[in-house]
Amino acid sequence: MSRLSVDRDACRGAGQCAFNAPELFDQDEDEGLVVLLDAEPPPGLLPSARRAAEACPNRVIVLAEAPERGERG
Amino acid sequence: MERSAVPFPVHRDDPLDPPAEYAALLDGPPVRVRMPDGSEPWMVSRLADVRAVLADPRLSADDQLPNFPHVLPLPPVPGALSFLRMDDPEHARLRRTLTAEFTVRRVNLMRPGITETVDALLDAMVGQGPPADLVSEFALPLPSLVICRLLGVPYRDHDFFQDRSAESLRTDITQEEAGAAFGELAAYLDGLVAEKEREPTDDLLGRVARRVRAGDLEHAEAVAMARLLLLAGHETTANMIALGTFTLLRHPDELDRLRADPALIRPAMEELLRYLTIVHRGTQRVTLEPVEVGGVTIGAGEGVIVALAAADRDPGAFADPGVFDPARPPGHHVAFGFGAHQCIGQTLARLEMEIAFARMLDRLPGLALACAPGEVRFRDSVVYGVRELPVTW
Repeated sequence: MSRLSVDRDACRGAGQCAFNAPELFDQDEDEGLVVLLDAEPPPGLLPSARRAAEACPNRVIVLAEAPERGERG
Repeated sequence: MERSAVPFPVHRDDPLDPPAEYAALLDGPPVRVRMPDGSEPWMVSRLADVRAVLADPRLSADDQLPNFPHVLPLPPVPGALSFLRMDDPEHARLRRTLTAEFTVRRVNLMRPGITETVDALLDAMVGQGPPADLVSEFALPLPSLVICRLLGVPYRDHDFFQDRSAESLRTDITQEEAGAAFGELAAYLDGLVAEKEREPTDDLLGRVARRVRAGDLEHAEAVAMARLLLLAGHETTANMIALGTFTLLRHPDELDRLRADPALIRPAMEELLRYLTIVHRGTQRVTLEPVEVGGVTIGAGEGVIVALAAADRDPGAFADPGVFDPARPPGHHVAFGFGAHQCIGQTLARLEMEIAFARMLDRLPGLALACAPGEVRFRDSVVYGVRELPVTW
């Protein structure tokens, strides 16, 4: 399973995570900082997880992708 | 090979393209440019280098440091542009007092209000025309109304601060003239924030004023914040809507595609942001220690101009970067900057643009320029744009 992690201390609230992958990220009410909704994104959400990680201007999001499995799974 | 420094700023030959001088630099490492005052800061142009530089805390945004390469005509008053010109932890402390106001969730709640405003402006424009000036009738009043409502600034004063904010960003006037316009805007907001400190209202500046009352924030910090938001909230979105419309009208095939498939509005908007990158003089930094960028070592205490408009046309990052393609797959342009200072209002700007373009194309199927394209006049400002855009429909 691929895993997402975030570093809230480094977040500056640009909102690119919640914009690019609203299923995986939100922002808190008080400070607008990143909230991780799902640390284990299902395979269907991996493209938006990648996009959010790449778009984050503060490089707060780390996506550790599981090695791809063979055809037989 | 030693290259002689390219003069900066360079002017656009074609209103929709970055200056041709940039093209030769795009495939290369940072180079020195020559400013009007004779100083020679570095210019960083490739997308990967730009992203690296803007995410690197060894480069400071503090405009009070020696060798900071100023491109705004404004006198560099300490703290004048609030956290835009500060480094962490001060930058983070001040920015965090506002981040909750601009979350994706909060901004999405503004969709019905913005749609209503867009429709009302279009109604008024259609009621009086054709022709009409899209800038004064639509592109400028929209962000003006939205930011006034959000901040809690009386819209009846909009002529005053629209004018003063445009003046402060012009590059063809003296530092004194720009400074005077900025000073008048500052005095106005000083009074408004003080009023809200006495009687906090339920709006962004009212909430900021409550923090001043609670002792979390200085009055001067709150005023600087108000200035930054009002300036940034006006010029950028207005120019993206007007120049974006001009771009669409110059690309009739792409405009037809967009009309046929409204789902293309969002990718088209991202493409307009990339293609136009209206903060065309880029953003500026100064190195706090030696930094290697794209194979070049930039020494400590050197000025760096981060050429956002060049990066967004980087052939190493975007296929056929000079082609406007509304269906381009999502990439990562830097029209809003990158790093800790990336635009705090970008979600709001996107929403305004999305609704503005969608409603305009829907309501005005015959939209066309009401003058020859060559007659459209462009603005000499740190934010690129058109002065007027005569349109018919």
